[in-house]
Amino acid sequence: MSGIILETKGLTKHYGGVHALEDADFILRRGEHVAIMGDNGAGKSTFVRQITGVEQRTRGTVIFDGQEVNFAGPLDAREAGIETVFQTLALADDLNVPDNLFLGREATKWNFLGPFRILDYKAMRESTMAGLVKTGVKIPNIRNSIANMSGGQRQCVAIARTATFASKLTIMDEPTAALGVQETAQVENIVRTLKEQGESLILVSHNMRQVFDLVDRIIVFRRGRMVADLDVKETDGQDVVAYITGAKTGAQFEGAA
Amino acid sequence: MSDTSHGIGGLTYDKSKRQWPNELNVLGALILIVIIFEVLGAIFMGQSLLFDTKDRFDSIFNEQRLRIIIIQVAIVGIIALGVTQVIITAGIDLSSGSVLGATAMIAMSFAQVSVVNGNPNPKAIFGPAFLDLPVIVPIFVGLGCGLLAGMINGILVAFSRIPPFIATLGMMLFARGVAQWWSSGKPVSFPTDSYAVIGAGMMPVIIFLSLAVLFHLIMNYTVYGKHTYAIGSNEAAARMSGINVPRHLVLVYAIAGMLAGLSAVILTSKNLTAQSGMGLSYELDAIAMAVIGGVSLFGGRGSIIGTVIGALIIGVITSGFTFLRLGAYYQEMVLGCIIVGAVALDQWQQQRAARRA
Repeated sequence: MSGIILETKGLTKHYGGVHALEDADFILRRGEHVAIMGDNGAGKSTFVRQITGVEQRTRGTVIFDGQEVNFAGPLDAREAGIETVFQTLALADDLNVPDNLFLGREATKWNFLGPFRILDYKAMRESTMAGLVKTGVKIPNIRNSIANMSGGQRQCVAIARTATFASKLTIMDEPTAALGVQETAQVENIVRTLKEQGESLILVSHNMRQVFDLVDRIIVFRRGRMVADLDVKETDGQDVVAYITGAKTGAQFEGAA
Repeated sequence: MSDTSHGIGGLTYDKSKRQWPNELNVLGALILIVIIFEVLGAIFMGQSLLFDTKDRFDSIFNEQRLRIIIIQVAIVGIIALGVTQVIITAGIDLSSGSVLGATAMIAMSFAQVSVVNGNPNPKAIFGPAFLDLPVIVPIFVGLGCGLLAGMINGILVAFSRIPPFIATLGMMLFARGVAQWWSSGKPVSFPTDSYAVIGAGMMPVIIFLSLAVLFHLIMNYTVYGKHTYAIGSNEAAARMSGINVPRHLVLVYAIAGMLAGLSAVILTSKNLTAQSGMGLSYELDAIAMAVIGGVSLFGGRGSIIGTVIGALIIGVITSGFTFLRLGAYYQEMVLGCIIVGAVALDQWQQQRAARRA
């Protein structure tokens, strides 16, 4: 077991003639929380999409948990242990919390019945409780459908999947973009809990305060290239803005952009 | 964060945050309607709709009327069980009545006897080789026809991006055409004795209630049921979660088609004949049962229990109007109002629940 959970070498994605991502070399250590920042169209989401298998990369290698991987789709990535929390919530409103957490990978009995195999509600409920306790997510009643929950609670349910399935890496794409102040605080608390538990995290965010509060390292993308790799203790907001806007480029990335 | 302070990690169940099951509302409506008819009956007819007012000790209910109520909704009710599942996926099935019609003609052709009153069967569709077949043949043909029609519906909906309304509207017209073309509009009659047993007496009711229990269990305790609700609730989320949405939709529509085929077998057996006009507007009655029973046309919400109660509501209203000696015109007017009222009430409750949370 190495200390590195995810590594990309020369990760590149071209959409026709558009070079959305160019030679990204990235390392994430176990238990580390890293933020990815950058202007719109800088390549943040493209980078994440190549890792999670939503799109197929043009070039480069992805090494996850010590093995080179080629995910055919997001489900492969999830099976390998990469849990993604999308900006648009991938939740079914009319189902309750355990049903949503286990959607598509239900605990079942009597599997010989094929599509009519029996759901193991008890096992799912117990895992859900364990996951919620672990993340500190508070839900009034997990047997209620999530239709009437607040945006924050729903986002928490989405994040609680991570803890429930003991994933190795969590990727959050702007998890608080659609949330109010209180709800954002709630989500941030859960991210801190994940940190305490040694969960590795990639956080895509525009929110400078949030990033400085939550992560160890900030990666800045600009026009499809990585331009900075900053320790939060040795940098500040102005510095990061300078990298985002192009006023500065990191020493090790000279000549890249 | 006052709204999230109940319970730690969901470890306690806050009773005030528990949801009221929608089926109780539907059951309440059924009871209310029965009470209305009882009151009207007492005032205008001097007798009770459902209760035995004569001085007999063996029963408190008017069993004969109860039997009529449930028999007349059983066959459409079987269709409604399938339609309920289709609507829960946020789809619709307009074809079930016509599929019943086509299946009735085809299945009955395999159930005919060779000799009627000493003469050759005057209505025989096929040659002697296809007469006096064992009862299993028409049953399989009937289920197979329904399954085939349902699968075509499902494939159209799942893979061609044709809206369910249009796909099943096409099937509705097509299947009715098949029903008329099959014997050039002539009825198909004289089934074997064993075939006639399937729909005799209380058999439709027994089949309907058994299937209702079966599908209630399937919808609540199997992966199939969970995925059906998930697709209707948020198809994109279902897809992202790894559910094979197209395959599941084909399965749901196929089951609905098969249930329409089964009701064709039961109805032809009960009537001892098949006519090309059979099942006309049954699809709308089935949809009405589901909607009155609280199944949301937007998908994701509703239940088999609700649909069964919805079927009983329609049965009670139909019987009640006959009991009050009011014409069929009034009956349909009232049914129309009840369907719209049920959906309006449901919408209002949803909004209220959303505000309270």
